[in-house]
This record gives sequence, C-alpha cells and structure tokens, in this order.
Amino acid sequence: MALYNKRRRRNALAMGLSLAATAFGLGWLVLILGVLVWKGFSGLSLEVFTEMTPPPGSAGGLLNPIIGSLVMTTLAVVIGTPIGMLAGTYMAEYGRHDRLAHVVRFINDILLSAPSIVIGLFIYEIMVAPMGHFSGWAGAVALAVIVIPVVVRTTEDMLILVPNSLREAAIALGMPRVTVIAHISYRAARAGMVTGVLLAIARISGETAPLLFTALNNQFWSMNLNAPMPSLPVVIFQFALSPYKDWQSLAWTGALIITFTVLALSIIARVLAAPRKSS
Amino acid sequence: MPPDGRKSVADITLQGGLAVDAPASRAKLLARMRLGDMAFRHVTRAAAVAVLIILGGVILSLISGSLPALRAFGLNFFVQQSWNPVTERFGALAPIYGTVVTSFIAMLIAVPIGLLIAVFLTELCPLWLRRPIGIAIELLAGIPSIIYGIWGLFIFAPFLQTTLQPFLIAAFGNVPVLSSLFEGPPYGIGVLTAGLILAIMVLPFITSITRDVFEAVPPVLKEAAYGVGCTTWEVVRYVVLPYARVGVIGGIMLGLGRALGETMAVTFVIGNAHRVSTSLLAPGTTISATIANEFTEAIGDLYTSSLIALGLILFIITFIVLTAARIMLAQIERRAGN
Repeated sequence: MALYNKRRRRNALAMGLSLAATAFGLGWLVLILGVLVWKGFSGLSLEVFTEMTPPPGSAGGLLNPIIGSLVMTTLAVVIGTPIGMLAGTYMAEYGRHDRLAHVVRFINDILLSAPSIVIGLFIYEIMVAPMGHFSGWAGAVALAVIVIPVVVRTTEDMLILVPNSLREAAIALGMPRVTVIAHISYRAARAGMVTGVLLAIARISGETAPLLFTALNNQFWSMNLNAPMPSLPVVIFQFALSPYKDWQSLAWTGALIITFTVLALSIIARVLAAPRKSS
Repeated sequence: MPPDGRKSVADITLQGGLAVDAPASRAKLLARMRLGDMAFRHVTRAAAVAVLIILGGVILSLISGSLPALRAFGLNFFVQQSWNPVTERFGALAPIYGTVVTSFIAMLIAVPIGLLIAVFLTELCPLWLRRPIGIAIELLAGIPSIIYGIWGLFIFAPFLQTTLQPFLIAAFGNVPVLSSLFEGPPYGIGVLTAGLILAIMVLPFITSITRDVFEAVPPVLKEAAYGVGCTTWEVVRYVVLPYARVGVIGGIMLGLGRALGETMAVTFVIGNAHRVSTSLLAPGTTISATIANEFTEAIGDLYTSSLIALGLILFIITFIVLTAARIMLAQIERRAGN
C-alpha cells in the first residue's frame, strides 16, 4: 500500500508539473500579446498609416516602412513561390524516391532552419558588394531565399497527401504527366499549397536580420528598388534602440502591427489547412 | 463540357477538340504532349537543383568572404578574445562563448518545460482542448523574433533587474563557485537575460516536435502499460520516452539550432560587449548579435571579413546541429512508417 501511495504521489507530482509547464508556456503568449496591445495600441492612429517616419522628437507615422515591407514581401513571394512550388513538385511527383529528391529534401530542411542572418550575409556578398550599394532588390531576394524552403516543404508534403489512385486514374485516361500534375494533383492540393505561401509570408513579414545589410533602411519615401528601402522590422529595431520617446512608441505600434499581421496570417493558414488534416 | 465551365478530361487532352481519328494529327498531338511533359519535368528539376545551388552559394560566399580574415589571423581567430576595430585585431572567442552560453541556458530551461508540455498535450489534456493549446503554442513560435527583442528590452530586462538578478546575487554571493556566475551589478540586460529570452523562443519548437514524436508512439504499447496498472507518469517514463528518445533528441537539436542562430531577440538584450566574462549577469555578445550590430558600420575589408568569418562559424555550427537533428528525426519517422 505504501508503494502504491508513493507511485500515486509521484504521478500526481509529474502531472502537476506538466500542467504548470503548460500554464507557464501559455502565460508567455498572453504576457507578450498583452504588453504589445497595451504599449502599441495607444499609438495606433490614422497618422501611423498616412505619415512618414519622423525625425527624432516629432510626431509621424510608419507609412514608408509599411510600404517598403509590402513591396519587398510581395517581390520575395513572386520570386520565391514559383521556384519553391516547382522544386516541391519535382520531389513529390517526378523524383519521389530518387537520389536528387532525397538530397534536396535534406538540404531544404537545413535551409528552413538556417540562421536568417547568414542569408543576409550571403545576399550581401552576391548582390550588395558587387553592386556597390544597398538596395530594395537585395532585400527582396534575401526574403525570397527564406520563402523558398517553406514553400518547397509544404508543396511537397501536400502533393504527397494526394491519393495515388487519382493520379493513376488520370494516367489511365492517357494524360501526360504534366496534365496530371496541373489538373489533378495541384487541384487536390490547392488549399495546402496556399497555406504554405501564407506561412511563408508570415515568416518573412517579421524577418529583420536578413534586411539589416541588404535593404538597409531609409528615412524617406522611396519606391526605388535600386536604393536602400525601409522596412517595418528594421525601423522597429532602429527606433526601439533610440533614446527618443516618440520613436520608441512608434516602434511599439509597429511591433503591434507586425505581430497581428503574422498571427492573422498563421490563423488563416491553419483554418485553410484544417479540413484536410482532419479527414 | 460540364455546366460550370471547367474543362472535362477529354477537352484537356484534346485541346481545341482535335479529331481523334486523324492519325497524323494524333501523333503530332502526342509528340507535343511528350515535349511539354519533358519540358515541365526539366523545369521542376532545375528548381529542385536551385535549392542545392542556394545552399552551395551560401557556403561558398561565406568562405570567400571570410578568407581575408582567416588568412590574416589564422587559427588565432578562434581563440583570441580581443575585438578591436581600431588596431584591426579581431578574435571570435567572445562571440562564440556568448553563443554557446546563451544557447545552453536556453536549452537548460526550455527542454524540461517543453517535454512537460508535450506530456500534458498527449496524455493529460482533454481532447477538445488539445488543438487550441497546440495552436496557441505554435502561435508563440510564429511571433517574430524582433518582438521578443523589444519586449525583452523594455519589459523583461527591467523586471529581471529588480527581481531575479538581485535575488541571485544575494543568494549565491557567498557560495564559492556559484558566486562568480552571479557577480557584478544587475544591469538587467546581459547573458542571462538573453538566455532566458531564447528559452521562451525555442520552447514552442521543442514542444511541437516532441508532441509529434510522442504521438507517433503506437497506442498499443501505451495501452498495454496502462493495462498492467501503470500510472500516467510511469507510462511516459518507461514507455513513451524510451520509444521516442531519438525523436526527442532530434527535436531538442532543432531547438538548439534555432537558439544558436537567433539574432534579433538576443541583439536587443545582450549588451554587445566583446568580453568573456564568467558572470552571467555581465553583458556579452553572440555571433549573430555581433554581425547584426556591427556589419553596416564595419569600415575596412578586414573588419567586414572578420564579421563574415563569424557568420561562417555560425553556419558551420548550426549546419552540424541541424544535420544531426534531421538524421534523428528521420529515424523516428522511418520507425513510425513501418
């Protein structure tokens, strides 16, 4: 009986700890979001979206970094998504078991979790240094390099989920492989592939490190992709570390905008992917 | 055609409704299909190869960029502590040390807590709550690192400065070895703060991977253990953990890879001091924080090259860690597949 009680006590202790750990983990989420809303919401106004970043000590908004982020994110998705989807298609449809697909899968997983600052260094070496100046293009390409592995991974995973019988039926009708992929596999996996792109956008919209020395920053309105371009994360970085109160409060507001954009994107992505997962 | 305007299979195959009974046009059509198929196959293959080229490009560009520094300092680069842009003497010891120590603190805290959350999610949690909590933990993983940074700098560091750090100094001030770990004034920012922030950041990664690995344990095994009267804890300890061990280690390594390479959150709170200090309360620096702080201001080729060499070191370390993680996770996946 003593042993029995001891086992029960130990079990209760372990289960209590795991409950506490979960509360601890969720507590951070609540704490971080709470502080963000509390600190950032007061600064949220129409001016944030309509005015340029101010010089120190005066009021202003975040229009130019928001536009800069949108432009570079869009370009990164436009560059990265096709490459990622095609590569994922090769791995799931043509070379599912061949050597190349195995190697690419492995390398892609490494790229997926490689430190993003190293990607920044890479783009600096191949674009910024040869061109002689920082540019919006370099920032967009750096983000694209981050988009590619995310899209490769989700595309491949989603295409593998498509039942082979669908493909076989199509092939039996005499369709060439490309038609099968375009009209059967892609159609069946569409929701999942869109999810992948959304997750990729969520991932890059908060990325700061790869932009620091590719797109750099710009205090002014700039749509010139061959010049330094502002972006929301880099402006937050700069403003938060500045000694000026106005800048710091703008940084909090920017942080709020980014976080809720990212959270909204990942929730939409999950909702899109949900029916597939449960079936 | 179906009423909704989509093409039927026949329409797709015979675009424009080519006559099937004309052998010549049929052969032409087939040839065109074959060509299209070949072309698409090669395009997708090229895209797959592009992924390899990107990684190769990363490695090559880092090596070529860091050559001047490695040539100038040789192996001394790895063991020298001084980092002096004026005299152009650079050594990577302080950043490497800071990277290792902050990651170690992070893993020390995040691993047990992550495992416990995974236990809760797989064994204890009512079914209807599993998905919401799982999603909440994953949302924590999705918060951009700069947010952790700004939060750490303005909220967490001042909090630690007034609570945890004075407590540690008071509690361990007279303990022989530990006192040197908690020496000096409580700055708020510093190595310990960076490690704690990293712990919060990698926690969701470790949790979601170990949860997936725990879920891959065959229910039969667990049911058998419950059947002979094991408590939940005993099932976890003697059935789930041994079965999932490789995968758990893989998940931990993946989290470690994150912690090692994490940039923005650490840059905000570590203080950027090129010093190897035994005290965890002292400001320090990590590889990624050094690059983020100094790269755009680096003047001179040797300075830039030294920073790229730091990037190379970071990449090699994370590459090794991530490779090990992937190999272990692949092993558990293979076992689950059988």
